[in-house]
This record gives sequence, structure tokens and C-alpha cells, in this order.
Amino acid sequence: MTLALAVDISLTLLVLAVAGWIIAVRDTFAAVIGFVAYGLLLALIWVRLAAPDVALTEAAIGGGLTGALLIGAAGRLRKTEAATRAEYPGVLIRTLAAILAVTVAAALAVGVLALPDPAPTLAPAAVASLATTGVGNPVTAVLLAFRSMDTLLEAIVVLLALLGVWSLAPDRAWGGYPGPRHHADPDGILAYLARFLPPIGIIVGLYIFWIGADLPGGKFQGATILAAMWLLVIEAGLADTPPISRTWLRVLLVIGPLVFIAIGFAGSITAGAVLAYPEGYAKPLIVAIEIALMPTLVLTLALLVAGTPQRMPPQ
Amino acid sequence: MNASTLFGLCAAALVGVGLYGLIVNPQPLRKILAFNLIGCGVFLLFGAIARRGAAVGMGGDPVPQALLITGIVVAFSATALAVALVLRLFDETGSVTLASDAPAKAQADPPDA
Repeated sequence: MTLALAVDISLTLLVLAVAGWIIAVRDTFAAVIGFVAYGLLLALIWVRLAAPDVALTEAAIGGGLTGALLIGAAGRLRKTEAATRAEYPGVLIRTLAAILAVTVAAALAVGVLALPDPAPTLAPAAVASLATTGVGNPVTAVLLAFRSMDTLLEAIVVLLALLGVWSLAPDRAWGGYPGPRHHADPDGILAYLARFLPPIGIIVGLYIFWIGADLPGGKFQGATILAAMWLLVIEAGLADTPPISRTWLRVLLVIGPLVFIAIGFAGSITAGAVLAYPEGYAKPLIVAIEIALMPTLVLTLALLVAGTPQRMPPQ
Repeated sequence: MNASTLFGLCAAALVGVGLYGLIVNPQPLRKILAFNLIGCGVFLLFGAIARRGAAVGMGGDPVPQALLITGIVVAFSATALAVALVLRLFDETGSVTLASDAPAKAQADPPDA
């Protein structure tokens, strides 16, 4: 057995053990902590699967932001745990659920073992057309040139999710501040980290954003790091979330998708197809879209974690 | 056995574990967690398939890899919306039960009042 295979098998066993723990453990808070560990282990698997772009996304969003969101929710819902535990289903339901779960997993496993060989791949096509886009990272080229429709719709879906979260606000808090006002010891470790980490985090985030054109990285990973830095400052009580009625906030939230749509439709005139780029201008247009999407993504991701408006706007 | 087959089987098992948790655990937040386990399993399956598409010096097929990044971001926003719904339910009713008899009781109360 080679060393690489040993690493892969250990990673697999570890991920499955953590997944079992997330389902089985009684305390929801412990399950959420398990989920953060699960996200980081999956990021290692993505590296082993030669997908560093996905690994960065998984670590930043799957483990980091989702973890922060769920930790906050688990803390608020702690009181309800004892009551819902009484609703645990009986042996019959659990047995049927186990049979269903094993059947689905077995069907998928059969599918994995029966995958066609040689595998179909679009890698040669992506690499062949890479030069026309001017970017060096094929994943970025797919995201913003070959399949840019997906990325456009994704940016809109993320925004729609934020609108959904906001629209759950009670009437009295509409237009107000998302989430609770955080207070922390001004001399404590959290306030210290919230002053010390953001300068480093902002540089790392911007670097990962910029380098994404040619190497693993990109706007989603960079935006997540910037959003995390902002959330850290908010959680430490050094700043507050902006009221959702602010005009600058709403302008920045829609500017990314609007620029993307404008460049996309301009392509139907200049390049003969919607979301196509005129020859020679692909790289500058891709960079323009990424720069416009960046503030939108930072604000949307952070405000999705901050949650529903809860406090009155200032009179 | 190569890495993509191994992680593909791991993904199948993760979907199974997540599906069991989704059905059995009565707490909404735990259902959201279990649903994310299923989602990650599906992503991993897709990633294993992308790895099999390695060609022309690339470690994997970049098209599914790019779609995975999109998928992870969308899964996060769906999770945020689901968590906001559960927290709103908690703020309104003081509990997060999904049991079908609990709302029936709440509906039976107003006519008496």
C-alpha cells in the first residue's frame, strides 16, 4: 500500500466518523463544531482530488461561514433542545430510515463503481480555448467565460437568499440593523483579534481574489475572507451591522449583478451573443465583472450570516 | 483502488448518513446540518467524477470543478435562509417543533378565547 493511498483511506475514515458524530451526538452545539471540522477535512479531500479552487471554497464557506452561521443559531436555540428531543421517532421509523439510507448509499456506490472508462472530460476543450480568455486559471475561465451564465445566476440567487432572510423581519424592525448588537470585553482576546487580524485578512483576501485569474483562488474565496474579517469586527462589538434601509448598502448589493448583466447584453451587440466577449477584450471585461461582483459578494455573504433585521432603525 | 473511486464511495456513504439524520432527528437545525451532509456528499461525488476527467496535464476536469464552487456558494445561501426561517419560528412561537400535532393545538386555542 502506498503512502498516498494510506492518507486517502485515513481521510475517508475520518470524514465518515465525523459525519456519524454530527448525526449521533446529543448536543446540537457539539454537532455544529463537528460540522466545521467536517468542512476542513473535506477541504483536504478536495486537495487530494486535485481541485485546489474547490478546497479553498469549501474551507472558507463550507466550514467557515456556514459554521459561524450555525454556531450563532445553535446558541439561540439551546433552550428548545430538551423539548424537541421527546419527538425522536420510534424504532420502526428509525429502521425504515436506516434501510432507505443504506439503499440510497448502495445505489450510489454501484454507480461509482460502474462509471464509464475512459471518463468523459471537457478538460482538453477548456485548455484549447483558454488563450482566447486571457486568464490562466481554467476554473476561472469556466466561471466567467465558458459558463458565465451559471455565475450570473448564482450571484442573483445569493442576493435572492438575502432578500428572503431580510423579508422575515418583524414589521417593527424593517429597515433596521441585522442581528443582535454584540458586546465584548474591550480588552479581551476577541477585541484584540478583531483589531489585529483584519489588516492581514484583508491583504490575504484581496490577494486570493487577484491571483484567481491565473492560480487557484478567485472572487468567492477572497470575498469570503473579507466578509469573515468584517464579521469578526462586528462580533467583537467594534462596529455594528448597517441598517438595511441604507442607500449605499442597497446600491453595492445590486451593482455586481447589474454590471454583469450590462456587460453580458453588450456582448450581444459587440460579439454576437449574450455573455460573449469581443475578441481581445475578454480579460479586461472579466476583471471588470469580478471587481464589480466583489463588494456585492462581501456584503451579501456577511449579511447572510448576520441574519434578519431585529432592531429599530435610528429615528 | 484509486483516489477517485475511494472518495466516490465515501461520498455515497455520506449521502446515506445524511439521509438517515435528516429523517430521524426531529430538531430543525439538525435537519439543516444533515441536509448539508447530503449536499457535501453529492459535491464530493461530483468532484470524484471531475478527478476522473484528468487530461492534458490538468488534475481534473475544470468544468465540474467550477460548477462545484457555484454549488457550494448556493448551498451556503440556502442554509442561511433555512436558519433564518427556523430562528423566526422560534421568535414567533418560542419553540421550533415540526410535530404535526403542535400547530393543531395552537389553532384550537383562538376559538375558545
